[in-house]
Order: sequence, then structure tokens, then C-alpha cells
Amino acid sequence: MRMIKSVSDLEKWRGDIVSKENQYKMVVSVCGGTGCHAYGCKKVKKGFMKTVREKGLGQKIRLKFTGCRGLCERGPIVTIQPQGIFYQRVQEKDVNLIVSETIEKGKILGHLLYEDSLTKHKVTSEGEIPFYKAQKRLILGNNGLIDPAKIEDYISVGGYRALVKAIFKMKPDQIIDEVKTSGLRGRGGAGFLTGNKWENCRNVPGDIKYVICNCDEGDPGAYMDRSLMEGNPHSVLEGMIIGAYAIGAKHGFIYVRHEYPLACKNAEVAITQAKKAGFLGKNILDSGFDFDVEIAKGGGAFVCGESTALIASIEGLVGEPKSKQIHTVTQGLWGRPTNLNNVETWANVPLIINQGSQWFSSIGTEKSKGTKIFSLVGRVKNTGLVEVPMGMTLKEIIFDIGGGPQNGKKIKAVQTGGPSGGCIPASLFDLPVDFDSLTQAGSMMGSGGMIVMDEGSCMVDVAKYFVHFLKGESCGKCLPCREGLKRMDEILGGITEGKGDAESLALLEELAVIVADTSLCGLGKTSPNPVLSALRYFRSEFEDHIVKQRCPAAVCTPLIQYSILEEQCTGCGACKKICPAKAITGEKKEQHRIQTTVCSKCGSCRDICKTNAIMVQ
Amino acid sequence: MDFSYVDTVIAKNQEKRTALISILHDIQDEYNYLPEGALQKVASRLQMNTNDIYGVATFYKSFSLIPKGKHSVTFCLGTACHVRRGPRILAEIARQLNVKPGQTTEDKQFYLQAVNCLGVCAIGPVMVVDGEYYGGITFFKAKKLIEKLNRKKSGVKS
Repeated sequence: MRMIKSVSDLEKWRGDIVSKENQYKMVVSVCGGTGCHAYGCKKVKKGFMKTVREKGLGQKIRLKFTGCRGLCERGPIVTIQPQGIFYQRVQEKDVNLIVSETIEKGKILGHLLYEDSLTKHKVTSEGEIPFYKAQKRLILGNNGLIDPAKIEDYISVGGYRALVKAIFKMKPDQIIDEVKTSGLRGRGGAGFLTGNKWENCRNVPGDIKYVICNCDEGDPGAYMDRSLMEGNPHSVLEGMIIGAYAIGAKHGFIYVRHEYPLACKNAEVAITQAKKAGFLGKNILDSGFDFDVEIAKGGGAFVCGESTALIASIEGLVGEPKSKQIHTVTQGLWGRPTNLNNVETWANVPLIINQGSQWFSSIGTEKSKGTKIFSLVGRVKNTGLVEVPMGMTLKEIIFDIGGGPQNGKKIKAVQTGGPSGGCIPASLFDLPVDFDSLTQAGSMMGSGGMIVMDEGSCMVDVAKYFVHFLKGESCGKCLPCREGLKRMDEILGGITEGKGDAESLALLEELAVIVADTSLCGLGKTSPNPVLSALRYFRSEFEDHIVKQRCPAAVCTPLIQYSILEEQCTGCGACKKICPAKAITGEKKEQHRIQTTVCSKCGSCRDICKTNAIMVQ
Repeated sequence: MDFSYVDTVIAKNQEKRTALISILHDIQDEYNYLPEGALQKVASRLQMNTNDIYGVATFYKSFSLIPKGKHSVTFCLGTACHVRRGPRILAEIARQLNVKPGQTTEDKQFYLQAVNCLGVCAIGPVMVVDGEYYGGITFFKAKKLIEKLNRKKSGVKS
């Protein structure tokens, strides 16, 4: 590895890397995101390594193990460049065929291509897939091009150009001005203007200042930060170094969830490589600027995503939030001025420095600039990570990119903003997605989780889920949050068991307001949002549970019963075989029956029945 | 029990109190839980009060003060897994193993854990068995994975 000391050093290195890359005839990239790991990409990668070695193709083919490409549901994904072939659901057994047919003969394998479920049309390249077509992948795009463990790959796509520009051509104030005029707002959820935060931190007197990268992605249903940290850690690191230079910090931390082992590992590798190349450590780029980054691991506490709790956790203490009368930019880590930004926010910084604030602010809406990554998951056809310009409507995201509902069911709502957000009903899907519109609709942008729900999702159950989650994650410091959430969980639990009464909803609403008004930190203050938004848009579902004692979505187990429709049942015995409770009786080719007293209502029979004979009421 | 590993970990972290969470993670990875003796040793080496160490060890959910089973089965209950019926599958697994989430089976083979989000939301419901991720879990798939483990001998930390 080289030590970079000037703009020309970097450009020369980049030139050498690119010309070396050009010697290869083809680049085969295997997605190494966690989703693809679950589907067996490790075996696919090993298969390629073995076949390439056996066939002596090592000089012609560059094998890459990249970060997450977003369309996780179709993993493992393999792409072949320069042809731009996109293969999905590749298994170990397909590897030999890909090498002998596609790589050696140029033939495309139809069975590995993406097929549009409606038109049955097969497409060859990534850009033709509807999931990718409407996206603008400024931040995520490089994930599929680079091996996160190789700094050379990041350099080849223009990496560290922004840092070199910032250090050699810009003054700290200029950098802050650039970030301020870009209109970049924090991607962690609250949407505070990043440039203003940096400026505040810079202006606080003091020799020792810190920058922190918040990768404690605790929001259930969201994994953007994980994918970025795993797939392109250098982009986050580059943003942090630029930020530290602008603010005047000499030390930084990346706070990573313990649940993300690959993110920890890749961040560590990136730090080591950046140090060797002279982008990090003492006397960065021979400019006299010192900055070092350490990794701090979390311990599985959701509240530690909150800035003051996160800081306490880095200090090795219990993660309890503190009052924010004095902001962390003034008094943060060990009482020193501390600037904390989310992973995605940091990754936006090199883009702004490279392409300018004007370019950046031309993307998005009036008050929300740039793109945002969402984790589009739940009951939608194409699940994965999507990056779109701010201001795109929910409808476009869910139907055009997400491909609409699964199994022909009707989409009912989308939950955004995690446990601090709320459910937005389908009637409001024309809403543009930006910080302010979502807040007005009673939800929030949050870090970018977007969980789609259909007729089979019960909104009372979802509200209960979030309250239950927050009850468990409340640090216990403030009474309203600690006790209030417990009582709310009890009330909601009662409703889902058919024990709700006429006063339940009024009591729930009263408690929700008190918890929000009297809690100290963001966790408590926003905790009633999921309940209040569910009550605002789906009150009739709550009333059905209380008055009619039924769950319209057939989710709340105490209120439902499984049975088998006589006319539909073919007596195949599949349900009987799978039933874990052994509640199904019947002889082969004869009508089967469910013993309701034994049935555990797990729904396995309904999943396996081919003739839709299982009824839930 | 030999706690010399604690010395190694503390030396690795330069006896910094601020590295406490990291130290506890390493200790748990080594012993599969946080043994009392190890925590006392951490307290004396870092010159901290044992109560404070216990405060941290019990606040963060990743830590366990009781020995875990040989195999770890972690089930995700994040929102995406929840709306794809994760809780019912978990309930069935728990029923089959005859433990509650957070407990270890009587034969010390399985430690069943429910977590709030594993960050693999696109392919939910997700289950992690001995560090390996599995997506699109149904009760049937989960049962097969557990049966397979019952036949295997060694376990891996997760």
C-alpha cells in the first residue's frame, strides 16, 4: 500500500489501480451482504474461487465479494461485468454452468435472470429491473462495485478524492459552509441540519473535541446503516475524517451494534487500511492534521441510539440518557464538545464535497435535500434496500419499486420511523416522503424503516408490538416511560385478548399524552406515536376487538379459530403432517378436522395447504 | 474456573475503564456467559466497584450471567419479522424445546433467545443458529434446523 501525500499521489494510485483492473476481461461480483449470506453466498463464492482456479482463469477474471446490493429477497446475487449480467438466486450448483456457459461462451442463463412476476418478462441487466429503475443510488450504488475489504476498490471509484480536496483546497469554514448550503439533514431520524451542528461544535472553545458515527441501528425493521458499514465502510470513514477536519476534532468513535459482527469487522479493516495509506492517524496526507478513529461496540440496548445514552455507553457506563439542556456539541463525550452523526449522514459528506452543495441541493424537496435509503420490508413483493430522492411518494416506493402486495392481498398501511414513528394508511400513499410531510401525517422519517402491512396485519397487534418493544427497551430512568409503557402494554394486551372495555381507548390515549409530555429523552417522548397513529387511522379495528370480540386480520390468537373447509379439503394430509400440536385428525383422501382445544394457532397448516381449505375466523 | 483469560483481555484493552463493554463481550465470547469470578477480577483490575460492573452487565441485553446452552438459537422479532408471523413461529419453537426465550434447555443443548432486530429484515422471519443466518423461516424449517443440531456435537458461539 502507498502513503498518499498529495492530490497527484492519489490520482497516480487511482490510475495504476484502474489500469491493473482493466487487464481483467471480466469481473464477477458475488454479493456478500448478510441477506445473501443467509441464502448461501459463501458457498457460491467458494464455488467460483474453486472453478476459476481449476480452469486457470485467474488472469482473466477478477472475483469480487461485494457489499449488499439491496434486492436481498432475490439473493444470492451475482453480476458479471462488463456485460452487466444480473443473476439472482444463484446456488452453489449453478456456478459451474455460469463459468462454462456465460463466462467462457457468452451465453446467458435464462433460469437465473430476474423475471417480472406480472409480465413474465425476463431481464438481463440490473437497470432493467423495476426495483432498481426508479432508484437513485448515490450512496448505495458503490456497494455492488467494491470489495469492502479492499481500499483499492474504493479508490478506483473515486474514493478519498473528497478528503484530498477538503484538506488541500478548502479551509474548515469553507467545508462547513458547503455542508450548510447543501441542506443536508441528519439521516438518523430527527433531521437536524448537519452543517449547523458542525458549526456549533466548531465554535465551542476547547482543544479536545470528538466526532462519533452512530451505527447503533436499533430500529426494528431497518438495516441501511448495517449495509453501508458492511458494504462501503471507507465512504463513512472519509466523511468522518472530513467532518473532524472541519470541526477540529482529533479523535473519533464508530459505535456499532454488537449484533452486526460483519460491520464491526469491515470497519476495523477500513481503519487499518486508511491509516496505512495516510488518510487517518498522525499527520494525515502530510498536512499536519491528526485524527484517529476507534470502534466502540454496543451491548444490545435500543436506547443507546440516543446521543447522550450512546455517549454514556462509549464511556463504559450504563446507557441512560441525560437532559439535553446542554447539547452534546458543547458537552458530550467526557464533557468535551462532541459531534454525533448517523452512518448515512457521514456517507453523504464526500459526495457533497466532490460534487458541490449546489448539485446536492438540486436533488430532493425544498426542505429535504438529497436521497434517502429506506429498508422496504414486510408484506411487499420486492423487499430490500432502496435509495430514492427525497420527495418521492409512498405509492411510487411501495408499488413501482416494491412491486406492490405479496400474494394478491391488499396493502393497508406502511409503518415508518420505527418505534418512534407511526402507521400511514394506504389512503395517504400520495404523500411525498420527506422529513416534514411524514411528521405532519403523525409518523416520522426516522432512520428509514418502511414496513409494509396488508390485510393480514392487525393494527392493534402492531401497536402492541411497538409498545411492548419500547417497554422492554426503556432504560427505566423516568417514571412515565417506565411505568406508563407498562400500563399501555397491559391495556393493548387486554384488547388483543378480547378483554378490552369501553374505557380502554380513552385511558390509552390519556396515558399516551402523559408519557410523551413528561419523558426526558426521545425514546419516551415519541413512544406513544405508534399507538396514537394507529388510533387515528385505524380506530375501527380497535373497536372491533373490543365490541365485536374479533380480529379482522385474524392475527390475535385468543380471538381466532382455525377450521378446515369441507368442500375445499382434498384429504392430502399435508396439514396433519406439519401440525406441531398434532391437532389435526383425518384419514388420507378424507376430510380432515382441527381439534380446536389442541390447536396452538401457529398457522403452519394454512401455509402448507395447497387448496386454501384452512379458514381463520 | 481459570480466569487468566480476563488478564489477557484487560491487557488488550490497555486497562481502560471505557473499554468495559468491549471487555465484557470478549469474556462472554470465551466463557459463553459472564462468570461471577471473572466480573470480580475485572472489577479489581480496573479498580472499579463490582456493583458498577454488574450494573453494566445487567443493563445491556447482550450479556448473560447464567451459562448458555451449547447451541445458540436466536430468533428475530423485529417489525418486518413480526408482520411475517415471527412471534407464532417462535412460540412454537419455544413449545417444542420446552423453554421460554432467554432460557437454556434442560439438557443444556439449546439457548433460545429472542432479539429485537437482526437487521436482515428483507428476508424475514430470520433465525440465527450458531452464528449462521437463515431467512424465510417457517416452523417446519426451524424444526429441521434444530433437529440437525441435535445430531451434531460441537456448538459455536454467537
